[in-house]
Parts: sequence; structure tokens; C-alpha cells
Amino acid sequence: MKRVNAVVVGAGAAGGIVARELATAGLSVVLLERGKWYTANDCRKDDLRNQRTTVLGNAFGPEDEGNPRVWVDSRGEANVVLPSEGAYQNNAACVGGGTLSYGAMAWRFMPQDFRMRSTYGAPQGSSLEDWPIGYDDLEPFYDKAEYEIGVSGDESGNPFHGPRRRGLPMPPLPPNREFGILEPAAKRLGLHPFPIPMLRNSVPYNGRGECMRCRWCVGFACEVDAKNGSQNTVIPSALATGNCELRTQCMVREILTDERGRARGVSYFDEKGRLQEQLSDIVVVSACAIESARLLLNSKSRLFPDGLGNRYDQVGRNLQGHHYTGAMGFFDFETYDDVGPGASIAISDYNHGTPGLCGGGLLANEFIRLPIHTLDRLPPGTPRWGAGHKRAMREFHRRTMIVMGPTQQIPTADGRVTLDPAVEDQWGLPVARLSGNSHPHTFEIGEVQARRAEAWLKEAGAVETSLMAGRPEIVSSGQHQAGTCRMGDDPHGSVVNRNCQVHDVDNVFVIDGSVHVTNGGFNPVLTIMAIAYFASDALVRNWKGTGFRS
Amino acid sequence: MCGAGPARRAQMKARKEPGAVTRRQFMAASAMSSAAWAAGCTSQSGDWESLSEDQAGTLAVICDQIVPADDFPSASQAGVVTYIDRQLSRHYRRHRMAYAHGLEQAESISAKRFGHGLAQATAEQRLQAARALEQENRTFFELVRKHTLEGYYGSPRHGGNRDAVSWRMLGLAEPPVRGRARDVFSKGTRS
Ligand SMILES: Cc1cc2nc3c(=O)[nH]c(=O)nc-3n(C[C@H](O)[C@H](O)[C@H](O)COP(=O)(O)OP(=O)(O)OC[C@H]3O[C@@H](n4cnc5c(N)ncnc54)[C@H](O)[C@@H]3O)c2cc1C
Ligand code: SF4
Repeated sequence: MKRVNAVVVGAGAAGGIVARELATAGLSVVLLERGKWYTANDCRKDDLRNQRTTVLGNAFGPEDEGNPRVWVDSRGEANVVLPSEGAYQNNAACVGGGTLSYGAMAWRFMPQDFRMRSTYGAPQGSSLEDWPIGYDDLEPFYDKAEYEIGVSGDESGNPFHGPRRRGLPMPPLPPNREFGILEPAAKRLGLHPFPIPMLRNSVPYNGRGECMRCRWCVGFACEVDAKNGSQNTVIPSALATGNCELRTQCMVREILTDERGRARGVSYFDEKGRLQEQLSDIVVVSACAIESARLLLNSKSRLFPDGLGNRYDQVGRNLQGHHYTGAMGFFDFETYDDVGPGASIAISDYNHGTPGLCGGGLLANEFIRLPIHTLDRLPPGTPRWGAGHKRAMREFHRRTMIVMGPTQQIPTADGRVTLDPAVEDQWGLPVARLSGNSHPHTFEIGEVQARRAEAWLKEAGAVETSLMAGRPEIVSSGQHQAGTCRMGDDPHGSVVNRNCQVHDVDNVFVIDGSVHVTNGGFNPVLTIMAIAYFASDALVRNWKGTGFRS
Repeated sequence: MCGAGPARRAQMKARKEPGAVTRRQFMAASAMSSAAWAAGCTSQSGDWESLSEDQAGTLAVICDQIVPADDFPSASQAGVVTYIDRQLSRHYRRHRMAYAHGLEQAESISAKRFGHGLAQATAEQRLQAARALEQENRTFFELVRKHTLEGYYGSPRHGGNRDAVSWRMLGLAEPPVRGRARDVFSKGTRS
């Protein structure tokens, strides 16, 4: 196989952008993706099998068969878990990664989110840190993501966001019924509601049409291609340069290194299960936080006996996502309007600034609910089965609202990904083993957030409410997974430098949510995209033929 | 009450389902109690994928306690036994033993308390048996509860929620979007 300049592992949010930026700059690129490339034809709206409700499995990978992980519970017991089970903490495995089926909320982090330690101090037992870069470093690249991938919204009603050079390229979708109910209620409480920014066409953009507002959005692919992900933006344009080749159903096994400790390419299993080698000048790992850490740990050699980039035992640590909490409200009037995507209104009043709390998170109304989501979300005291349950489904499916949000997790070094010593996947590779938890302060913040959500719902007229706030015995990482290859200046406490370059291997990069030092009180994907643009920009600037300027 | 249209279509698609009935039965039955319903519904000759005929009958009784008939069909009438039977050969293969034991236990509860099987039990006895099963084998009962509700409220393509009957019950239009073909929701790979 022809040697190329760059191999990119994973065609998701970050990998797609990196491939496109490198290919556009003239580098030859091979983009390897373990999953398939789905088309509009594969876009079945199946309530039981999608990327959010996995009763019958994940629609966009990975399959339950042959792809286990291990989860170590709070008693220290190791459990084998499947991709359709919550403890697996799945995102997706397909061209587009999570962006094919995501909800498409497009949040920028706030300036404070990059300086959590200096803003609040690190709670004891946590690994709370500042980023080596700040909001201002990322601002041009947030802007680029908003315009190139395509974001609709209007942030003028949100006084809390960081400075931005211009508004969003598309107006928000017209408000749905929940927006109409929640907006005046928030204002009465003195809050600052505004439409959620979304990676979704509200008007024709980038050669594709606008959202037709269907019932099946988050967790599903969009058959009118109005949801903007890497699969319908940067990946096609990377391929159009002629410099990038996408190989699907190719599972990367390890990063190969030479005797001097530099990467020389990767080995992978192709779609027929044959082991292949692809040699390259640089390797970019964009496999999503859990699998990126696993790939580095699985890349062992004489010089890197504990895995590539893992000299100081940092790879896989600080695993984080978001601790979702909120409240459910039950109303004596219809709140449901069958207009997707459903999530429409948010407040950022509670992301920062509450005395005694290290941060907080946004609060927003939930995406449109399918009947399957209402089964266990009925008023307290409702019978769990029988005639009473069926009646309650009729009574409340169209008369509930949920307000919730991603509480920023306080990370710990013990919340981590390692390799399981016993369990292997279908290719014979040791699987990811997830253990530890977030810092307990996270749950305290989450409880405060839940009561705030409840107050908003009550003001909006809820006749009954119930809180959604638990203390999970697992790092909730899943779709928002991040942190496992932390960015930092000190090689003893991080895996990559500010340009996402592995500290002791200058031609290996980790570019995805793995590098997040902290994960903000916001859904992460726009930040992942901004980092991909930022790191690609540095990579291209430093690139000279087959190596780097020193 | 379901419209006549849905009922007719349901009947056309019906096969090997204990709850499958003709349109005439359906109209008549809607005036009857759920007990009468279930009693008339357990004698299809079927080739189930995973269950024996007897197991399917027992399962239908339990599913119908979880989602009984009222103005809208019960679980088995909406195809939930088909849903569970199919998945026991697919995604829920790992639960086959649990079903084999759990269904046997349901019958033995009925035999012990009432002196006959669930097929002969009255409506009240069936409900009592389900409550007893919930107490004696909570793990299995929770499993059937989960699978029944999924089948009833999930996508029609998997055999349950036949003709999107639960979605109609909730006032959800189906097909929901102009221009979207019905079979987008009812056909396709059965995972
Ligand atoms: C249902 C759903 C809803 C979501 N909603 C939102 C939202 O509203 N807002 C938001 O900000 N975020 C949302 N997310 C999360 C968002 O999609 C992720 O944050 C984002 O996709 C992560 O980007 P990434 O580049 O790190 O990884 P991914 O996008 O997951 O891409 C990684 C890719 O690498 C591939 N890969 C992994 N290992 C290998 C290997 N060894 N060899 C080859 N390929 C490999 C995977 O198959 C995958 O395609 C949602 C996700 C889901 C699933
Ligand atoms: S709600 Fe809009 S963006 Fe989402 S899947 Fe439907 S049409 Fe596509």
C-alpha cells in the first residue's frame, strides 16, 4: 500500500475535519473508519433501535456481537457490557461518528470553562485543571465550525456567552409549543432564555435543504440531510480534493513505531478481516475519548511498554462526560406539538457564578419524546403496569415537559480507561475497561440544577413535578465522553501539548474529545470541532514535506 | 375506540398471534370484558420462532395484564407476543431460559392457587397470578413488563404495536409526515 502523509483514525466529528483540513492543504490522507457509511436509505426511524434508545441495539454501531467492554462497578466487580447497555458508554461507530445521529446542539464553552481550577480551586480528590489554551485561542475556530458545518440559532438573548466575531449563519428554527410556554416563565423568573444553537439547517444552507421538523431526530439519521455532521460536510469535501481516501469497516489495531520511537503508520483489520499496514508520516487518532485511549494503550512496543504516549501513566485518566440532571413537569394542558427536533430553548444563567458550587451547566428543554420514553416518566405514584399505566400514558404523553442539562463534571484521575486483562473483542484486541467515578461535588451541583429546572417548570404551570437527579456509580461519559488524553504543558500530567501532539512522539496527534481538560457545562461537539480546526491549523503550519519545523 | 380502518388493516396483517381476531370479533370484543377477549384468543395454530404454543398462550395472558384491553387493544391483540417471540431468537436470545422458567412458574402459580391453568382462569385470577408472579419472581416479571411495553409502544416493524395502534391511542398521527411512506415504519430489517 502506498505510503501517505497522514493516517487519520476515525471518521467522526474531529477526524472528518482533520482529514478535510490536511487534504485541502495538500497532504495525502487515508481516513480509516471501523463503521459503515450509511445513506438516506438506511435512515429507518426505529424507536427501538437507534443511537439513543438501544433496546434492540445501536443503529449506527457498534454491533452488540464481538465488541464488548468491561465496567468495574463501585464494589470493584468487573462486568462485561455490550454496546446496547448503558454502562458501555457508547457514542457511535460509522462515517460521521456521533454527528450522523446526534441531537446537534452546537454550544461554545464559556471563557471560564477553560480556567476551572483558577476560577474555583480544585476540590480535594479531584483532578480539576486549567486548559493550556483559552476561549480566545478557539474563538476563530468555533466561528469556522459554525460556518463550515452550519449552525442555526440566535445568541443575542444570552448575555453570558464569550465574545464572538459575528452571529450565526442561520436563524433559529421557529419556536415550538414548549418554547412558547417556557420562554415567558423564564423571563418571569428573571432568567435569560434563548433558542438553542443547532447544527441543523433552519434554511437551505451548504447545498442542502432545511429541517422538516420530524418526530425522530436525536438518535436518528436525517433523511433530508438537514442535520449537519462530518458525513455530509467535511468528509465529502475532503474526498473531493482528490487527496483523501476513506476506507470504511477498517478497525485500527495499533500505531506502529520504529526503533527510534517515531510512528511509521498503523496496522488495521480491513472489511474482510485481513490485517493490513498503512505507512505514513504522521498518525492522527480521532477515535472518540474511550477508543482513542484504548488505541494508544494497545500500541505497545519496546520503547513504549505501557502504551504509546503513556510514559507517565496519564493515558485514559480523567474520563468524563456530563452528569445530566433536571426535572419532569406534568401539565393540565397539552404541551406536545409533534414538531421536531423538540429541544428548543435554553438558559445559561446557571453555568457559573453560584457561590459554593464549582460551575454548573446549561438548562434546556428535552428533545421530542417518543412513547417509549414516557413509559417510566409518569407522575409519581402511577401504577407501573396494568390499566392504570395505560390510562396514564394516554393522559400524560402529551402533557409533560422535561427541563434538564449537562452538569459540568469535576473529573478525577481514577475515573479512567485501562485495558482489560482478560476480555478481547472480535479482532482479539484487549477491550476498554472503565472504572472510577466523577468527584462527588459533581452530584451536589447536579442536585441544585435539578431544583432549578423544577422551579422553571412550576413557573410554567406544571401541576406536578418530579426530580431527575441521581448519584450514578459510574463515570457517566457515553455520548459526551472526553478527557482521556488531556492537553497540557506538563508531560507528567497530560498526554498531548496544546497542539494535540503526543508529548514524546512528535508525529502522533490525538485530536478529538480526549484532549478536553474539562468538559464545560455544555454538550461538547462544537468544542471538539473547534479543536479539530485549531489543531489542524497548527499541524499544517508546522508541516514541511515529510516532517515538522522544530 | 380505534377506527374501523386500523382494525381492518390489523386483521389483514394478523398471523400466528394469539390476539389475532377477525374484524367482527374485534367489534364484538370491544364491547366485552378483557377476560372474554383473552379467553377467546389463545388457540391459534402457529409456528412461533422461539416459543411453544403453550408458552405463547401463557405469555399472552401475562402481557395482557401489563397492557390490558380497554377502548384500545391489549398487548397480545397488538402483536406483543409476536414481538417477544421474534426477539427471543434475535436480540433477546440470552433471555430464553428466563422465559422458559418464568412462564412455567406462572402456570404453576395458577395451578396451585386456582387448580387450573391460566387458559382456564378468570380475569380476576389472571390478574392475581400476575401479581403473585411479580412478588415471587420479580426479575422475570420486570423483564416481561419491559418487553411488553416496548412491543406495545415501539415501532410496528418488529411485530408489536400492530398498525401503530398505541401511537394512534396517544393521538400521534401515523404516518406523521406528508410524503413519508407508511412502510418506512413497518418494514425493514427486523433486528
Ligand atoms: C444520539 C446522540 C446525540 C448527541 N447529541 C449531541 C448534541 O446535541 N450536542 C453535542 O455537542 N454532542 C452530541 N452528541 C455527542 C457528539 O456526537 C460527540 O461529542 C462527538 O461525535 C464526538 O466526536 P469525536 O470526534 O470525539 O468522536 P466520534 O464522532 O465518535 O468519532 C469517532 C469515530 O472513530 C471510529 N473509531 C473508533 N475506534 C476506531 C478504530 N480503532 N479504528 C477505526 N475507527 C475507529 C468510530 O467508529 C467513530 O466513527 C451526541 C451523540 C449521540 C450518539
Ligand atoms: S427534526 Fe429536522 S434535522 Fe432532525 S431528523 Fe427531522 S428533519 Fe432532520
